[in-house]
Amino acid sequence: MPRAVVAATVVAAGALAALVPSLGLPQYYVSLLTQTWIFGIAAMSLDLLVGFTGLVSFSQAAFFGTAAYIVGIAQTQYHLAAFWPALGLALLGAVGLAAVFGLLALRGEGVSFIIITLALNEIIWGLAYQWVSVSGGDNGITGFVRPAVAGVDLTGTASFYRFCLVVLLVCLGLLVAIVRSPFGLVLQGLRERPRRMAALGYNVRMFRYAAFVLAAAFAGVAGVLFAYYNEFVGPVTLSLDTTVQILIMVILGGTGTLLGPLAGAAVVVFVSNALSNLTQRWELILGAVYVAILLYARDGLVGIGRRLWLTVSGRDPRRPGADSMMRPAASPPAPGDAEREP
Amino acid sequence: MTTDACLDIRGVSVRFGSLQALDDVSLTVRPGERRGIIGPNGAGKSTLFNAIAGEVMPSAGAVLLRGRDITRLPPHRRARLGVARTFQTTMLCPRLRVIDNVMLSLLALRPVRYQCLWPVGRYAGLRDDALRLLAHVGLDGRAEWPVRMLGHGEQRQVEILLALAQRPTLLLLDEPTAGLAPDDASLITTMLREYPRDVTIVLIEHDMDVVFDIVEHITVLHHGRVVADGAPAEIRAHEMVQEIYFGGAL
Repeated sequence: MPRAVVAATVVAAGALAALVPSLGLPQYYVSLLTQTWIFGIAAMSLDLLVGFTGLVSFSQAAFFGTAAYIVGIAQTQYHLAAFWPALGLALLGAVGLAAVFGLLALRGEGVSFIIITLALNEIIWGLAYQWVSVSGGDNGITGFVRPAVAGVDLTGTASFYRFCLVVLLVCLGLLVAIVRSPFGLVLQGLRERPRRMAALGYNVRMFRYAAFVLAAAFAGVAGVLFAYYNEFVGPVTLSLDTTVQILIMVILGGTGTLLGPLAGAAVVVFVSNALSNLTQRWELILGAVYVAILLYARDGLVGIGRRLWLTVSGRDPRRPGADSMMRPAASPPAPGDAEREP
Repeated sequence: MTTDACLDIRGVSVRFGSLQALDDVSLTVRPGERRGIIGPNGAGKSTLFNAIAGEVMPSAGAVLLRGRDITRLPPHRRARLGVARTFQTTMLCPRLRVIDNVMLSLLALRPVRYQCLWPVGRYAGLRDDALRLLAHVGLDGRAEWPVRMLGHGEQRQVEILLALAQRPTLLLLDEPTAGLAPDDASLITTMLREYPRDVTIVLIEHDMDVVFDIVEHITVLHHGRVVADGAPAEIRAHEMVQEIYFGGAL
């Protein structure tokens, strides 16, 4: 799809989404959509690592959850209820944690990177679970409320929904800017051929580190919203379950597309809620969907949508440029059309 | 001889476990020289390249670039000092466009690589430079294609272009014509032969026609050791070389 079409669709969808609370839908659905925007930010942050940098990280929930805990602790134990200072502290916490994790995890590559991030995530979970005097242990932290931001009270479902939507769109805009920048191009080069990138003169570990910390900042934003959404933070927020759920959103939606993981977040949030009403074993069904995606559509929902679009519009999906959604498909000639001049 | 050499390799040894990949290798390459490295499979040619480019740390010896000891520098630092290389098997970013690959090569040496808010397209100069380079090899018409859509020969050309785009002082070419049709191979040979002399070129190549066409000095490796070193004519005549490399007959 041409970039302009995608951009127009996003703007239209955003405007439409802003109207949702006024449509008279049950609050339940407004809440699920709010969750979708929050997990959408988390999934997009992980996509920056998995889809654009080629780093499969299992510690995204640690940054998400740490930011959430900081919001709860700041308000309940230090009476810091204002939004901006709480956000600042939470982001500082998420970024600081990532700065340490990145130093450790990026000593490894591939599978060892995965295992280290997974282990680090478990450490943070263990800390939240057992450091009862700070985290409340298994009971988590309750008794904090949503703040007002710029004079807007976020207590109501509709106002908080709109607030999350705005934050989502800001994060999406920033992430799109990042992946299209020179820095973003370097990250994509690292995803494809780190060895070549080193030979070209790029400090591979430093760029990966920057991406890792940047992604943690966005996960932190999502974590702050999640704390306010629930007005509760418990160990499950930064558990391996949450990490895996965010990763499934990314892969289900389609890695390296940003909008795909957002769609993946919607599917996981809605399907898991619908299924958990029907059966206790909803994770089993979600797992089966995940396996099916891996077997039959490795490029996720975005890939399926793209193939449908190409079929409907009668284009050959194998043509150059046909598969680059984030780039202008400036209709280059088909192979064989152009003669190479020696 | 030491300070005016472009590349000075002094007694470099590399071990992989029980395998002695390089054993006390020494060689000196003058600025502007075209040097060929030949030898049978497993002779240590690619390991030698990796030791020069920084991917492999020697267990003994030193690598000097224009008199400066670079033995312990990581690959990206050496690239900044003017070492560029190509790989035996094409190593391009297959999902990125051709022009993105070239721009990555140019960006590597420009501070704007850290910039993370404005799109790449904003840097018109960068794009123009990349297109100009692509025009040299006649690929500017395919700039927007994903690299994986290019033919093998075109990919080899881009592979070399990425190294040349950085205007290196030392260019390491690992079998640039490997797997190419004769026409494509001669295209690359011509390009290299006509390349300005301010670049020093070290070339690994199996195709003897290519080697004798481009280089003026050949080093022969065998079992990780330098067994012969001299002008192409001497190497052709060298008895031991004929035995180990040309299978006894030429």
